[in-house]
Amino acid sequence: MPKIAANPDLKAGSAFFMYLFFLLLLPQVTGAQQNIIPDDTFFQGGRSGEVPAETYPLPAINIVVGDNPNDAGETINITWDRSPDDFTGGKVKEYRIFRAEVIDGQPGEYKEVGDIPAGKTVYSYQDGNTRDGVSYYYVVQAVNFLKINNELAWLAETLSEPAGPVKSAAQWFDWRRSNALIGVLLLSSFIIIFIRQARSGKELFIRKIAGLEAVDEAVGRATEMGKKIFYIPGLSDMDNMQTIASITILGRVAELAAQYETWLEVPVCRSMVMVTAKEVVKEAYSKVGRPDAFQEDQVHYLTDDQFGYAAGIDGMVVRERPATIFFMGTFYAESLILAETGNSIGAIQIAGTAMPSQLPFFVAACDYTLIGEELFTASAYLSKEPKLLGSIKGQDMGKAVMLVAIITGIIMETFGIWDFSSLFSVIE
Amino acid sequence: MSTRAKEILVIIMIVVFSLVFYFRKIAGGKEIIFSNLVAWVLIALLVLSLGLILILTIKGSLIGRRVVFIYVGIVLALPLFMPFTQKITISPEVRSLYEAVEKLPPGSKVLVSFDYDPPSAPELQPMGESFIRLCFQRDFKVIIMGLWPQGPQQANIAIDKILEDPEMQARNLRYGEDYVNLGYQAGNEFVIQRMGSSFKSMFPSDYRGIPYDSMPLVRNIRNFSNIDFSFNLSAGFPGSVEWVQIAVDRYGVELGLGNTAVQAPQMYTYLNSGQVVGLLGGMNGGAEFELLCDYKGKATKFMLSQSFSHMVIIAFIIIGNVAYFLGGRKSALKDK
Amino acid sequence: MRREIPLLITGIVGVGFVIQYFIPHAPFSYMSDWFSDWFSIIGACAIVLGALNLMKISIQKVISRKKDWGYAAVIIASFLLIVIIGMVEGKDFRVPGTNFDWLYRYMYIPLSATMFAILAFFVASASYRAFRARNFEATLLLIAAFFVMMGRVPVGDIITGFMPEGWRLSNLASWVMNYPQAAGQRAIMIGIGLGIVSTSLRVILGIERSHIGGGE
Repeated sequence: MPKIAANPDLKAGSAFFMYLFFLLLLPQVTGAQQNIIPDDTFFQGGRSGEVPAETYPLPAINIVVGDNPNDAGETINITWDRSPDDFTGGKVKEYRIFRAEVIDGQPGEYKEVGDIPAGKTVYSYQDGNTRDGVSYYYVVQAVNFLKINNELAWLAETLSEPAGPVKSAAQWFDWRRSNALIGVLLLSSFIIIFIRQARSGKELFIRKIAGLEAVDEAVGRATEMGKKIFYIPGLSDMDNMQTIASITILGRVAELAAQYETWLEVPVCRSMVMVTAKEVVKEAYSKVGRPDAFQEDQVHYLTDDQFGYAAGIDGMVVRERPATIFFMGTFYAESLILAETGNSIGAIQIAGTAMPSQLPFFVAACDYTLIGEELFTASAYLSKEPKLLGSIKGQDMGKAVMLVAIITGIIMETFGIWDFSSLFSVIE
Repeated sequence: MSTRAKEILVIIMIVVFSLVFYFRKIAGGKEIIFSNLVAWVLIALLVLSLGLILILTIKGSLIGRRVVFIYVGIVLALPLFMPFTQKITISPEVRSLYEAVEKLPPGSKVLVSFDYDPPSAPELQPMGESFIRLCFQRDFKVIIMGLWPQGPQQANIAIDKILEDPEMQARNLRYGEDYVNLGYQAGNEFVIQRMGSSFKSMFPSDYRGIPYDSMPLVRNIRNFSNIDFSFNLSAGFPGSVEWVQIAVDRYGVELGLGNTAVQAPQMYTYLNSGQVVGLLGGMNGGAEFELLCDYKGKATKFMLSQSFSHMVIIAFIIIGNVAYFLGGRKSALKDK
Repeated sequence: MRREIPLLITGIVGVGFVIQYFIPHAPFSYMSDWFSDWFSIIGACAIVLGALNLMKISIQKVISRKKDWGYAAVIIASFLLIVIIGMVEGKDFRVPGTNFDWLYRYMYIPLSATMFAILAFFVASASYRAFRARNFEATLLLIAAFFVMMGRVPVGDIITGFMPEGWRLSNLASWVMNYPQAAGQRAIMIGIGLGIVSTSLRVILGIERSHIGGGE
């Protein structure tokens, strides 16, 4: 018979007598063992009343245990079929899962590892607290209880047959992600092949991107007007690819600003972006032979707070009336607040973001907008470096493969030939 | 009158109105509701004035952006005092969220992530309140967390409000057993990723400092596999996109979303693909969910303002197009 | 070396991150945890840098009485108020009823909500200025916008209440959101996804180096 761990809050003696009491007095259920878990802090109200004999549920059946596949180990799956008493209005309110380590070939003391509410059609539980290589036994307890005013009146449980032994283990490859691996390898191969081609001197075509073509014009306009340029690198930190792409464009803008001797100001909302942007702007000024013109305060931190940042920039825009504003990077709801303020002072505005929900706002309020992936091509486009252009071409090949897959999927699934989308599924 | 003088006048009017309403509230004054007649007269005046703007525009006299702002302000504020009610139609994405929640058995463990801050609260707070309220009504166990520093505080505000209700008080809900607030954890999407292996590693204690293992509700919850349903209230990053990409795609979590209206369109892609079970988009989504939950919260209350403001914006778009076509396809604003 | 070391770190960490996605076994299983811990630690330290920078610039502005120095004084005062109260309250500063909580509820919430609320006004002025039936495509957009704006509020169904079920404005709005809108979003998202992969690969391979100042 499985042993159940006593709650340390209760004195061992009283727990033992309670255990005996329930063992002797409570009715037996065919094919099952009935036990009482000495008081559980889950129900702090404790047992305040007698447990009616007819309240004991039939146990859960067909307990199956096994190692959780494709994981880092330390997890065992337990599945079972519901108790015959598990139906709407039935005696099973929840199931509790108990685990015992195998000691000398026998299950040791059982300890509760989890609970799951009744009322489902399929039951499974993942015990994620195991030690790899150690054998365990599991039992599932069908639980009935009555609560009055959220206080426990009584609790009746029935244990299943034990299942096991079972061990958890870590795997060396997550087979569910094979499709993702193929995709990564395919896309990487395309990119590397085209980078090689570009290096070997093959000419690669890249279409005109109006927003990037306009960078020179926008900086020139600020110079003509003798006003400032604001560069807003968005809300994300340096871990976001959009920020990295934005910093790339900032480098180009800073070079132009240094050449034209126009004041460039970069208010940022992330400290790490501030450090990186400062370095990039400084480098750009040095590159065009004007390191002395760079001032530390050009790149400065405002706040991490989304609308605090928007308020700060809005205030600066209204007070200092820059001629040109760049919005490049990740933007959220503040996008229109910033762009409309810029629009209201008549600044030329170039925006670029890969946030689909903010694109309409930038399109409405800015003069030029880099839409989605155009932002990521900026580095290649502005530098015209073959290696970078090659990677853009590889990316386009990836897109072509995607298109073929989408069309194939549409045909196959529309005509019910094959569940094509299952190829792209990661979770069962 | 100069523009600056007009601005100061408007600000003074707003301050006076705010003070009047504030002192009235302190003095225990009743909620002001216009009679039907007054409400209809105000609507008629509004329509007439918009008609006048249209006529002026046709005659070539364009309006400034501040006029648009004043109209938006008026149509957002006035409906709060109007006696009208509207029939709200439930959209499929809201119904599917409600049905997914309804299917859960009592005792289910529901994880609610409050990933927003006060600016988005007018849209998302009503969703949070009605969702948690529904969870309590269905006897679910609610685990709250936040990927935004202010999120858990917004959750506290929601819980405080829910527990003011006598029906909820009668349930005698206990912190640590029926609900917990694990608080905020820095790390953005990495927090979700690590929760996939261990909740406790990210939240060793709740927001008050109570150790994870000492709370009966969560002590046996190791990772997402022990959660029956997740609901994410999101206003940006980190938020719904990260929950879908990590919690759903990697760990198979069943997820429902509550998003700001701006963010919601992007989430339809995840809704159609089955990655999320339902979506509450903006104030409208919140109001529809409140209707399903049979609870009249702030979202329902504010829907009249939303209806009026949408109509006024459409009216201005029409006026703008009239100006565009009559004025040789130039801007409709005079003060750009 | 100033370039090579960061590029080497980027390469190793990038490849490691890709590998850990496919290999769940230790030590790869711990890698994302280590990296996320490091990111949190560096991020937390960097916040100090940002705060110091903000204070430095604001104090300089006040001392030298630069243009608009009054705003800088407000920044310093607000910063100190929040930091001091937060520190005095100790680790329980977020618990309801504390002074910090009061500041949060009655200062921070209204101020932030006001900024977000401005969006409603700007959406109206931007729509008024930019939403034009310039050509066929723009007219289609305008019609779709009308359906969505009216269909997303109850008044839309009140106006089209005479129409059969399924043909009302809310149904049309749902259709627009679920099909044409979602299809467009997906197309943009696929492009963005590929762009991110391509840029990441360039960064990992050290081809993209403009974010560290460029150069060979």
